[in-house]
Amino acid sequence: MTILLDKKTRVCIQGITGGAGAVHTRKMLAAGTNIVAGVTPGKGGTLFDERIPVFDTVVHAREETGANASVIFVPAQVAADTIMDAAYAGMELVVCITEGIPAVDMVKVRSFIQQTGTRLIGPNCPGLIAPTVKQNLGIIPAHIAASGRVGVISRSGTLTYEAMAQLTALGIGQSTCIGIGGDAIGGMDFVDCLTLFEQDADTDAIVMIGEIGGVAEEEAAAFITEHVDKPVVAFIAGATAPPGKRMGHAGAIISGGRGTAAAKIEALEKAGVIVATSPARIGETLKATGTV
Amino acid sequence: MKIHEYQAKRLFSRYGVQVPRGEVVFDEDEAVNIAELLMKQTGTRRVVLKAQVHAGGRGKAGGVKVVEGLDEVRRCAAELFGKRLVTHQTGSEGRTISRLLVEEAIDIDKELFVSILIDRSKKKLCIMSSTEGGMDIEEVAATHPERLEKEWFEPLAGLFQFMARNITARLGLHGQVLHKCVRALRSLADLFIREDCSLVEVNPLVVTRTGEIVALDAKITFDDNAEFRHRFHGEMLDKSELESVEQKARALGFSYVSMDGNIGCCVNGAGLAMATMDIIKLKGGEPANFLDVGGGADADTVMKAFEIILSDPRVSVIFVNIFGGILRCDVVAEGIARAVSQSGLSVPLVVRLAGTNATEGKALLDAADLNIYTAGDMETGAAIAVEKAREKMV
Repeated sequence: MTILLDKKTRVCIQGITGGAGAVHTRKMLAAGTNIVAGVTPGKGGTLFDERIPVFDTVVHAREETGANASVIFVPAQVAADTIMDAAYAGMELVVCITEGIPAVDMVKVRSFIQQTGTRLIGPNCPGLIAPTVKQNLGIIPAHIAASGRVGVISRSGTLTYEAMAQLTALGIGQSTCIGIGGDAIGGMDFVDCLTLFEQDADTDAIVMIGEIGGVAEEEAAAFITEHVDKPVVAFIAGATAPPGKRMGHAGAIISGGRGTAAAKIEALEKAGVIVATSPARIGETLKATGTV
Repeated sequence: MKIHEYQAKRLFSRYGVQVPRGEVVFDEDEAVNIAELLMKQTGTRRVVLKAQVHAGGRGKAGGVKVVEGLDEVRRCAAELFGKRLVTHQTGSEGRTISRLLVEEAIDIDKELFVSILIDRSKKKLCIMSSTEGGMDIEEVAATHPERLEKEWFEPLAGLFQFMARNITARLGLHGQVLHKCVRALRSLADLFIREDCSLVEVNPLVVTRTGEIVALDAKITFDDNAEFRHRFHGEMLDKSELESVEQKARALGFSYVSMDGNIGCCVNGAGLAMATMDIIKLKGGEPANFLDVGGGADADTVMKAFEIILSDPRVSVIFVNIFGGILRCDVVAEGIARAVSQSGLSVPLVVRLAGTNATEGKALLDAADLNIYTAGDMETGAAIAVEKAREKMV
C-alpha cells in the first residue's frame, strides 16, 4: 500500500483540453496513471486523444466513469470554483496544480470542503506520485522516482524533485511523494500527511521539506513529538531569506519575526527530527540514520 | 501590494468607515491650500502633516507633524518634502517623502487597535483588536498577549453583527459608540473580503471626544493573486516604492528579491531558489539575489534573467541552478549557450543542471567552449561560484 493512492484509484483531469492539462495528461498516462475521465465545460461528449471521455461537469464524469480522484489544471481565476466542483461531485482526493489563487478564495474553499470531507492537495503544487502503484497525479517527473519505502512531503515543487532524485541516486525508493504547495492557505498540511505516513505499513521513514513562513513546520514538530515513531529527516529552505520579503511562494515570508528557518529547525530538532544542513544532502542525511 | 495611507483612507470612506477630513498633496503650495481649507472647515488653526511612505513607525521617525497656522504648515511641509525618512521598517537607506497627507487634527478620547488578516493555521480570517491603540502592536503581542483579542470569521459569511458586538464590548465601549464601532468593524471586514486584502490595519482607531469612531491611520495590503478582479488596485501602485530591478523582474514574470551579496542566482522554483541562496551561504559566499524564473526557462528567459541579475553592479559571478522536471535541461543549456555567445557575459558563469536530460545539457555546455563552469550537483556548483566570487575580490 501507499498513502492516498492505490492501483484502483480512478483519475479525472479537470481542464484536460487546456495547454498544461493536455501535456500533463499524456505524461501521467505514460507513467501508468489510471485516468478515466476529463472535464472541460463545453467540450462534453468528445474524446481526448481518442481515448479519454470528456464531460461538461465533474458530477457527470463521476457518474459515468466512477472517477474518485481529480487533478486540476485550470486558470487561477476559476480554480476555487473548480476545486469545489470536484468536492461537491464526491471526489475523495483533489489535487490542484494551479498557481496564483487568491487567498480569500482558498479560505472559502477550505470551509466548503470541510463539509464534503474531501482531501485537497495544493494548490500551487506539483501533486503526488506513488511509484509502487504507478500512479502519478500532477506534474512530478516520473523518471526521478523509484519504488520503495520512504515517504516525501514538501512545500516546494523543485525541492521535492531534488530530494527524490537524491534518494533515487542512493538506491532509496519512495512509497509516496507529495508536494503540498507553497501557498499560505492550502489543503493537506504536514500534519495530515505525517498522520497517513505514520499509519502506512509500507512506509519506513519520512522526508519532510519545509520553508520559511507560517507555523506549519512547528505544528509538524509538535505532532511528531506526540504521534510519530518513524524516523523523520527534514530540510528547511530560506535560512538566508530577509524578513518582510515574499520569496516567490505566496506563503514564504517572515513576518513580525515569525516563520524563520532557525525557529523551525529548532522545533524540529527538539522533536527528534534530523535536519539536513544542506539541500544537497537530504538523501545522505536519511541514509546516515541507518533506517533505510 | 501595499498602498498609501491616503489611498487606504479613501477606500475606508467608500466602505463607510469614518476618516479625518484631509487631502494628499505633492508640494508646499498645495499643502498650504488644503490646510487653509481644513482650518476654515474645522474652525481651528491646527492640522496634521503625514508623510506618505510604505512603512510603519513614521511617527517616531519624524514623519508625522501636528502644526499650528499656515506659516508653520509651509515651513514643515518644505522640511518634509524630499527628506529621507528612516523608520525601523525602511532599512538604513530610508524612503524619500514625495507625498504628504494634510488632515484635520482630531480630539482623541480613546485609542484602539484593529487589524484583519488571514490566519494560516486556522484557515480563516482573523480580526485582532486591542485597547492599546497607537502602540507598536508587535511589542504588545510580545509583552502583553492577553491584551490582544482575536475573533475568527469566514469570508462566505462575513463578520456577524454579534461578533463585532463582542469585540466592541471587550474594547470597553458602550452606548451609541458601541453601535458606531460595530458598524466600523463590519465595514472593515467587508472591505477586506471584497477587495481581496491580505492585511487591513487601523492603528489607532479612535473614539473622539464627541463620540465618533474615526480611523486615524489606515494600512492596506492587497493580495497580488487577486489582481485580475481588481483592475483599479493597480492604479494605486506607487512605483517609486518598489526597487526598480524588482519592478522590472516582476514585469518579466520573475520573482526577484535583491540581497546584499555578489553571487547572482538564476533558479527554477521558489523552494530551490531559497535553497540555492542557503547553500551559497553555507559555502561561505553571499547571494546577491533570489530569482525564480518559473516553469519555462528557454533561451529568451535565461537571457532576460541574466540581464536582471547583471543590472546589480555588485554581481561578480552567476550561478544557474536548474532542476528539470517538465523542463528539459538540454533546452535550458542551449538557451544558456545562446545567451552567453550573444551577449558576451562579463562575469564567470557556473551552471548546475539536474533532472530531465541533464547529461545532454551538461555535455552541450562543456562542448561550447564558452567559459562556463558546469557542476553535477548543487553543492559543487555553489562551491565553484563562491570560489570564483572570491577570486574576483582579490
